[in-house]
Amino acid sequence: MNEIMNEPLPERMSAGASGSAARSSRPVPDPAACRRIAEQMLSSALKAGADGVEVLVRDASELEVKVRLGEAELVKEAGSRALGLRVIKDHRAAVTYTSDFSPSALAAFARESVELARLAEPDPLADLPAAVDMAREVPELDLWDDSVLGVGVPQAIDWAVRGEAAARGFDPRVTNSDGAGFGRVVAATAFATSAGFSGAYRGTSVSFYVEPICDDADGKKRNGVYWTANRFVAALMDPEAVGLEAARRTVAKVGARKIATCEVPVIFSPEAARGLVGQFVGVMSGGAVWRRSTYLASRENTEVAAPFIEIVDDPLLPRGPASRPFDAEGMATKTLVLVDRGVLKTFLCDTYAARKLGRRSTASAGRAVGGGPHVTTSNVILRPGKTPAASLEKVERGLYVTDLMGFGFNAVTGDYSQGAAGFWIENGERIHPVSEITVSSNFDDLWRGVDALGDDLDTRSSVQVPTVRVGKMTVAGL
Amino acid sequence: MSIPTQSPLQSIDAELASRLLAAALEKGGEYADLFFEYRSGADFSFEEGRVRTVGRGITTGLGVRVLRGDATGYAYTEELSTERMLDAARTAGQIASSPRAVGPLSVTPRVLQSLYAIDRSSLEHPGEEKIAFLRRADQAARAYDARIVRVEVSLSEEWKEILIVSSDGRMVRDLQPMIRFGVSAVAEDGKDRQGGRSGGAGRYGLEFFLLPEQAPEHHGSEAARLAIGMLKAEEAPAGMMPVVLGPGESGILLHEAVGHGLEADFNRKKTSNYSDRLGGLVASELCTVVDDGTMGNARGTINVDDEGNAPQRNVLIENGKLVGYMQDHISSRHFGQTPSGNGRRQSFRHEPLPRMTNTFLAAGQDAPEDIIRSVQRGVYAKHFSGGQVNISNGDFVFSLTESYLIEDGKLTAPLKGVNLIGNGPETLRQVSMLGHDFRLSGGTWTCGKDGQSVPVGIGTPTVKIAQMTVGGTRKS
Repeated sequence: MNEIMNEPLPERMSAGASGSAARSSRPVPDPAACRRIAEQMLSSALKAGADGVEVLVRDASELEVKVRLGEAELVKEAGSRALGLRVIKDHRAAVTYTSDFSPSALAAFARESVELARLAEPDPLADLPAAVDMAREVPELDLWDDSVLGVGVPQAIDWAVRGEAAARGFDPRVTNSDGAGFGRVVAATAFATSAGFSGAYRGTSVSFYVEPICDDADGKKRNGVYWTANRFVAALMDPEAVGLEAARRTVAKVGARKIATCEVPVIFSPEAARGLVGQFVGVMSGGAVWRRSTYLASRENTEVAAPFIEIVDDPLLPRGPASRPFDAEGMATKTLVLVDRGVLKTFLCDTYAARKLGRRSTASAGRAVGGGPHVTTSNVILRPGKTPAASLEKVERGLYVTDLMGFGFNAVTGDYSQGAAGFWIENGERIHPVSEITVSSNFDDLWRGVDALGDDLDTRSSVQVPTVRVGKMTVAGL
Repeated sequence: MSIPTQSPLQSIDAELASRLLAAALEKGGEYADLFFEYRSGADFSFEEGRVRTVGRGITTGLGVRVLRGDATGYAYTEELSTERMLDAARTAGQIASSPRAVGPLSVTPRVLQSLYAIDRSSLEHPGEEKIAFLRRADQAARAYDARIVRVEVSLSEEWKEILIVSSDGRMVRDLQPMIRFGVSAVAEDGKDRQGGRSGGAGRYGLEFFLLPEQAPEHHGSEAARLAIGMLKAEEAPAGMMPVVLGPGESGILLHEAVGHGLEADFNRKKTSNYSDRLGGLVASELCTVVDDGTMGNARGTINVDDEGNAPQRNVLIENGKLVGYMQDHISSRHFGQTPSGNGRRQSFRHEPLPRMTNTFLAAGQDAPEDIIRSVQRGVYAKHFSGGQVNISNGDFVFSLTESYLIEDGKLTAPLKGVNLIGNGPETLRQVSMLGHDFRLSGGTWTCGKDGQSVPVGIGTPTVKIAQMTVGGTRKS
């Protein structure tokens, strides 16, 4: 999917972390080494006159392999590390980053960052969290798999070749391929704050995908994808199984057509529903609440979804894709119930949002190396139902959505409209594939109008969702 | 963190570059290039009437690419020590596996045209000057209407230096400044709450703000106007109807409907719905679509692409006929063509891909008023937040943030945010009128492909699409 966005707000300055281990002589990312650098920077910045200092150091290495039509197309290996600093001086905040780790450069960086803060205006709410709120320990969340580093380029290419071959062999209608790929990231994260905490952890992640293509009428192609991802190599699906599932999904799209404009029940696959849940928890952010940019701003402790809906944010999920033992301000993370029996129980807050709203942080601060702390979710889970997912399709007429496109969600009003593709259902059966339509509603109606949840929780990503059925939505087509 | 008069890239000379290229090719690679990058940036965020945060950052690195056939080996490093750079070169070189002796490579520095010469980087100006722009926008937004309850303003600036050295002997340096400014406003009338945004970007220093359409007051009042206007917006209709796209931002239609589909990598792999259609009619004969990387200080303009090739004015569709693709090095070799200056990448951490620069639909003959007047009942689209396309089947959507109902040839009710959905070739065949009012959008457009973001420009005149699906909630 290719896209264009109008971004009136600044691009996050990228000081990314990605990057190699097995072949290059670059050392494996080490949390203890990162923590030492973070602590050194902390003391340099305090010496330079800062009242409060937070340092984030991230060191990562990556391997990415892409294969197409049986041949390697890309092998990318690299490592990168960067340091992000937030300093507070006289209640004024500056956020800076660098990838130059030489001692003299770091010392100058500390001084200039403190100097920069003078340009901001005083805001006592921007001060660091209180010492009493700092994490006391760093829980072990089982995020590291040694065997990830053992996957070399030949192994990765072999998996990709096998996965792609399985897809191409599945059906003669699979006529082309956008390839298959393997990726792994090995990362160490360290954080030190003058509020009284320093800690570090490390994690691995591996992923694998296959993307077959079918030819359809009028020169149209149909592409589909299936993927597997985990923190542990052994938990990945077999390459062949991924390839076959990708091919099955792609072939099913051949002959897709538009349908007439209508109002029907809409069933979202876990992949499609993931986006809806992501947008839903996004408007539960305390930052959006004090900025009055969420339609849920005054809805705490009221019904915001169907009475059987429960959504949690769980940073402590063992092996979770987005698990974190402490947040980006050094506070101990905890499992939060966001929606309980359809009632919005809490907004997610970092320290600033919490102070704005006169409450306590929920330890939900996240941060990229190149930016300051802001409210983020970790592992978001929409608890599955008990109904077998397939039986959610037992409707007289309806739409099953597999793919959503575009940016049609207005957080301020909850108005929702996205491009969609999937299947038309009659009498409980998928009749034909559908594309080039939109589904629309308002989030308040959509979430309160959910009338069934499947039992098929998809745990591959950090937003874990089952199949979701909405009683009625507007489908725009012919 | 003042800008060093000498960036770390200045110390990279032809001799060191040749040594790195030789290391990259020692395993038998056919072609190699080095992409050195130095980026220095700052950003300012302003909300609730005060400067909330100031940010500053510097990134330096080298990306090494080695080709063997269509296969790419890629590695990068942020440390520009000789040892680390040689390490990256050898890692990228492992894509090949038939070691050979590499003789001395000769590289020759080239001097580029300068399409966006600026006197002084905005980063050299004191922060206070930039904060004054933020305040002006904030005041303009608040002064627009008492119902404006919140304003956020941001400014970001970047100074980017690149040095590209290729094993076929080219060595080029370029400076690529970028400034961007954005305002978002929230309006409340006791019952409803709505948001509006306005922003602009380009390759400028602080003289950017002297352009009338980029003045802080303009963006402030425009964000406020959009938020206030939406307070009385009605539900949009659902279904097929005529759509009139206003000039400028509607270029998003070209970007999504045809732009991505005409990037050569998809066509080399035959995964685009435009594959094998060169010479064929793919749009209404009114349509001429161009990608032009040489347009002054526009956001998508470049003096050189990220593979060391000069940008060009590339006609992609001429009077409805498909005449060309946007090429990078790998694809141009495949198609036996010269590179079109479209090889771009997000940073030294990324391999180059065929990408758009400034992509637009050329002007037609019609008066914009006549186009609106020709519609009995339809939608007029003015502002957009973004769009997305599926390359394979050509389906695309774009999201409207300001639109109006057209009734009996006149703009009537403002509509709530809505998506338009269409299919590239089908929608371009539906272009039935084209205005003479071409405009390039000055907006903050950022294009995403394969996880890489690059700045782009878009433009169109007023366009009438005879039939298109409007994704509203009101059944007609």
